[in-house]
Amino acid sequence: MAVDDIKTAPRNNGEPEALERVVILFVGDSGDGMQLTGTQFSDTSAMLGNDIATFPNYPAEIRAPQGSVYGVSGFQVHIGQTEISTPGDDVDVLVAMNPAALKTNLHSVSPGKTLIIDTDSFTKKNLGKAGYESNPLEDDSLDNYKVIQAPITTLTRTSILDIGLDNKSMNRSKNMFALGMVFWMFSRPLTHTERFLENKFKNKPKVIEANKRALKAGYNYADTLELLPSAHTILPAKMKPGKYRIIMGNSATAWGFLAAAEKANLDLFLGSYPITPASDILHELSKHQHFGVKTFQAEDEIAGVCSAIGAAFAGDLAITTTSGPGLALKGEAVGLALITELPMVIVDVQRGGPSTGLPTKTEQSDLLQSLHGRNGDSPVIVIAASTPANCFDYAYEASRLALEHMTPVILLTDGYIANGSEPWKIKEMSELSPITPRLEKAENAEDWQVYARDTEKLARNWAIPGTPGLEHRIGGLEKDKLTGNVSYVPDNHEYMVKIRAEKIKRVENYIPDLTIEGAQEGDLLVVGWGGTYGSLHTAVNYMNETGDKIGYVHFNYLNPMPKNTEEVFKKFKKILVCELNMGQLAAVLRSRYPEYNFLKYNKIQGLPFTIMELVQKFNQMLGNEPIII
Amino acid sequence: MENPKYTFKDMASDQEVRWCPGCDDYVILRSVQKALPELGISRENFVFISGIGCSSRFPYYMNTYGMHSIHGRAPAIATGVKLANPDLSVWVITGDGDSMAIGGNHFIHVVRRNVDLNIILFNNEIYGLTKGQFSPTSSVGLRTKSSPYGNTQPPFHPGSLAMGAQARFFARVPGNVPKEMTALFVEAEKFHGTSVIEVLQNCVIFNDAVFEGVTHKDVRADAQLWVEHGKPMIFGKDKNKGLVLNGLKLETVTIGENGITEDDILVHDAEEVDNTLHLMLSKLQTPTVMGVIRSVKDVTLGDRVAAQMAEVKKTTKFKSVNDLLLSGETWEVE
Ligand code: SF4
Repeated sequence: MAVDDIKTAPRNNGEPEALERVVILFVGDSGDGMQLTGTQFSDTSAMLGNDIATFPNYPAEIRAPQGSVYGVSGFQVHIGQTEISTPGDDVDVLVAMNPAALKTNLHSVSPGKTLIIDTDSFTKKNLGKAGYESNPLEDDSLDNYKVIQAPITTLTRTSILDIGLDNKSMNRSKNMFALGMVFWMFSRPLTHTERFLENKFKNKPKVIEANKRALKAGYNYADTLELLPSAHTILPAKMKPGKYRIIMGNSATAWGFLAAAEKANLDLFLGSYPITPASDILHELSKHQHFGVKTFQAEDEIAGVCSAIGAAFAGDLAITTTSGPGLALKGEAVGLALITELPMVIVDVQRGGPSTGLPTKTEQSDLLQSLHGRNGDSPVIVIAASTPANCFDYAYEASRLALEHMTPVILLTDGYIANGSEPWKIKEMSELSPITPRLEKAENAEDWQVYARDTEKLARNWAIPGTPGLEHRIGGLEKDKLTGNVSYVPDNHEYMVKIRAEKIKRVENYIPDLTIEGAQEGDLLVVGWGGTYGSLHTAVNYMNETGDKIGYVHFNYLNPMPKNTEEVFKKFKKILVCELNMGQLAAVLRSRYPEYNFLKYNKIQGLPFTIMELVQKFNQMLGNEPIII
Repeated sequence: MENPKYTFKDMASDQEVRWCPGCDDYVILRSVQKALPELGISRENFVFISGIGCSSRFPYYMNTYGMHSIHGRAPAIATGVKLANPDLSVWVITGDGDSMAIGGNHFIHVVRRNVDLNIILFNNEIYGLTKGQFSPTSSVGLRTKSSPYGNTQPPFHPGSLAMGAQARFFARVPGNVPKEMTALFVEAEKFHGTSVIEVLQNCVIFNDAVFEGVTHKDVRADAQLWVEHGKPMIFGKDKNKGLVLNGLKLETVTIGENGITEDDILVHDAEEVDNTLHLMLSKLQTPTVMGVIRSVKDVTLGDRVAAQMAEVKKTTKFKSVNDLLLSGETWEVE
């Protein structure tokens, strides 16, 4: 049994066979354009109404030596007519542009599935670089697969020979040839990609022509080739009515901030330093100066966060974006933002750690750093997005919480959802909740105190430079509880430490409760947080559809946690916390709810959970027989 | 709006000033408080951002907006303030440890970008607040708590560092001349771009009299050369010494000796774009050059950001975020 088996619908006479879902993995050299190829396939499918999930998996080296295993770049796309929440465990079609691509990815393809291989690249030299002792196309190692061998490079060149491009440029179109083949296999139209090419290479007519022709040639080749299995199609998914678009996690994050700034009637300021995999947020926001956005590429991570603190002091919606090592550098400054009680958002697109770690791979190992990575008792709000599209919602939410509660907020996403994309039912501005910044007015100058707090949220007001009568000084030294002047009074310090903690705790009154998916009580509760939602949700659904009823809660709010958290834990006999780290949320839960026993399931490979491994684990927890795959 | 009329008292906060008695920091504070009313800027538009160190307590003593931030980072915070609201008059208060050591990176980059703000660099060649370690501007051999046998690290010269980072405005002033200091602060604020003012600030506790050879009233006429744009570089008790260029070196000559007349003396051109001579002047030790050494108009970061944004706003099809959300390829699910 395989969870992601292609389920075939009955054949319509002569029509392409309809599949419920399919997983395609495009892999090649990092210079082969696989990310673009995969994106084109997923975008086209989304526009046909399929639900999709994507997973780009690329090396840290920009141009690793050609043909080497560490230069392999892949893009996995899962499309379906049912709900799709993960890029899929099991690949149905692997497009391998060279031996290294085949070598490093064959393990994710089950026997019986399809391989499309560019035979031109299976030279002795490339085989050697990939570490093959014999040519897998010639020995029996691929006997269990449907192998489609095509001289893709040669065919591409032949189809565009007369355009007048040099060899190198011609070779660049071979990804389009491969894409054309896959488009045919799954009955996709070429129009979207053709339009895309026309736009992308606006001033290079020859390049447009070459790519369009290669695409078409690949499509026709597949159509006439007898070796290819019949064409399939994936019918549109049943999705909620509305207007949709494809969105990538990092863009969704950027757009969430744009929306928040407009809603709050503030200018948006981003201070940032380039770092993988967060830089795309900087790239995206730097395109949008028309909304008054200022993006400041700073000299280092510290200047990134500090410039944002300056902008926050001066009255902008201020954010800084980074990934793990960058958050470590920003720690001291986040402490300053927290003691000065200025509103700002720090985005950490988590990657594999520690140190430089695995820059292009995903992990959830910055939770403890976000909660505790500062000197002193220094609580901030920590929230996490859980899908590419809801990065929009949580960026918006982070801004709302920062502005209404006057505190820094750390927003965690991760490399997996940041680079993944999915269809998004567009939220229009009118659907978004209001954001009310706590701006202090000049007319209140008379009785205003810098650190006076409202009784419910315990937040102070925001007095921005330029407002007459509200001139004041803030800083990193401990503050008097009312005037904000420097105070070394022992009781005052204790009061301030406690009130800063209480202020964050009270945010629980302004966030939603946890909702349990699946069984509302029973033997097993699965607990997750952040970017693992797709895998956990799919695996739990699978369990519930096939017999065993288990419950599932997912944390988007890590500090403070939802008010009903303990109530949820009470309802289950066993609690299993699944994370892509050594057990950071489990550690937090153990200290906050010591009367419960939190079991752990962890994966630390720079990769998301597969559905199968989760299902196996859940069954083991329930005392079921292991499933034989 | 009428220019508000303030006196220096309006610029002082109610906080008790806590520097050591006799510290030059008092002179700088008072000079700033006297300079601000001369600028015709409303008080609510002044922002003072400091880092960490003795000097960085400064904002607490000003009745303006201010932030006492973290060590070395004031230029980055101030850049954010200025970008967010270009109408503010932004001042960075920093010391030699703050801006030349832990914050060296931010210092050179704010200068390079030419953000329109003023940096007052309190250079006392020592760490005061941490009680007396050598700093990046301390001379070799200086005995301090952390260099009991003498400092082994050669110093930075703030002027050279600023010039290397393409400073458009650099001035130097001794810590004991409030009148001249006030005038320099006024000029610095009026300059559109990053202004760096190095104050030779005496720390009476940990590095007393380190500038004595330059600043003491008995020697200063011969030890200091005050430059003025368009004027010959003449100094000395008898106003008879001057600077000339000898090959690639600056040389002190005496007017009336060896046939030298006033016409032979170099005329100061603070506005020369090429900073070669400004660098030489900033490095000169005898005499030590005071006043505005360099003042060259240039486009600021804020100017560029504003111009670019105006251009983008003119051509955009996005009037609100909603337009963006609905842009590009979308499809309808019934
Ligand atoms: S230690 Fe030195 S610099 Fe600091 S306040 Fe005292 S005299 Fe001034």
